[in-house]
Amino acid sequence: MEFLTADWLYMYMPIAGVNIFWPGLVLIGFSVGVIGGFFGMGGAWMVTPGLNILGFPMAFAIGTDIAHIAGKSMVSTMRHSKFGNVDYKLGFVMLAGTMVGIECGAQVIMYLERLGVVGSVVRWVYVGFLALICWMVFYDYYKAVSKTKKGEAAGERGVEGITWYRTLHKIKIPPMVHFKTAGFVCSAWLPIIVSYVTGVLAGFLGIGGGLLRMPALVYLIGAPTHIAVGTDLFEVMISGLYGAFTYTLKGRIELVAVFVMLTGAAIGAQIGTVATKYSKGYGIRIAFGIAVACCMVSIILKEFNFEILAAVLILGTITAICIYIMKIMFQGAAKELREKKARAGA
Amino acid sequence: MRKWKTKVAAVLTGLWLTAPELLWAAGKKASELVVVADTRVIESGVLKYFANLYNTNILLFAVWAVVLTAVYGAFLGWLMDQIMERTGLDLHSRDIVEH
Repeated sequence: MEFLTADWLYMYMPIAGVNIFWPGLVLIGFSVGVIGGFFGMGGAWMVTPGLNILGFPMAFAIGTDIAHIAGKSMVSTMRHSKFGNVDYKLGFVMLAGTMVGIECGAQVIMYLERLGVVGSVVRWVYVGFLALICWMVFYDYYKAVSKTKKGEAAGERGVEGITWYRTLHKIKIPPMVHFKTAGFVCSAWLPIIVSYVTGVLAGFLGIGGGLLRMPALVYLIGAPTHIAVGTDLFEVMISGLYGAFTYTLKGRIELVAVFVMLTGAAIGAQIGTVATKYSKGYGIRIAFGIAVACCMVSIILKEFNFEILAAVLILGTITAICIYIMKIMFQGAAKELREKKARAGA
Repeated sequence: MRKWKTKVAAVLTGLWLTAPELLWAAGKKASELVVVADTRVIESGVLKYFANLYNTNILLFAVWAVVLTAVYGAFLGWLMDQIMERTGLDLHSRDIVEH
């Protein structure tokens, strides 16, 4: 264990004024890159406890986290874009709602801060929404499996469980917009209002919003899972850069740590993003549901002061999901290369 | 029917544009903690420049932070792209399969 205390493994953070174990930063970046690239989210809920464990002051953890997420999402968006997973038109339309929503959510937080009830209210609202997302994901899967067993006819996307988006697409308030990559026509107000609501919640909860926007894109707007992942990452990239700017103005960023984490995240993001190619939409949804459930349990544990247990659960979840995604990526890639070789030989 | 839809669209636009203003009335900004970087212990020229900038001109520091994050992210994206292209995998197409 003496090896871990070697001087060269520690890097001085000039703004925060602390020495940090830099391989830990690279590892956090890598893990969040893998998971974020696969699920289409920033992953702030994973980074902040990790940075805290490494000894980062809490004041810097969130700003550093947001800046790193912006850079990481840029790498993932570039890769998803090449697969055709990013609907830029949908992304830009949603951006309008997201930005206004985040600002509104932040104002609500300031009001609650003055009342002195912010911490507890935020945590329980967060838990409520995570529970709702979990229920949606698993209920959707259960319904889809039941329909398949009953032999119900499949639509163009196969058998689907929750189809709320079909009802919402019937609302024809102008302007009507054709989102070509996502493959549907709907009122522009649908993505604007959905992103506004998710933006308010993101600003209120102090998170990037990918955790809420990804399922909203699938269940309410009607984007196929892969397009939802790519488009959400595009959103995270833009809102992350905006968040990085505002947090830096408040002096809450450690630029050196951002760059070290980004280096690990760039490699992880490739693995996570390419893994979506070898995974089915419902596979991504179920893994996402499990990640959200673990996140929810860790917040409940924190609320009852089981800090260590919460950190262990989060780090355990990150490790397990990372291994699962890497397995999908490497098995899929090996199979593709074998098939390619066989075709060349024939 | 068409008139009704246009009216709804107009009301929604108005609400969306005024929402932050309405909520701004919610309260004053929370008190902020001032953090100062200790430049006496920094030896590297570049790090010293950024630490000084953080203490003296936070706006310029914020612009640098965003620009450098974006540039580094784009550079890493490009670099990883070059590496991944050499693996022989098809990175330009995929089938959307939900089940």
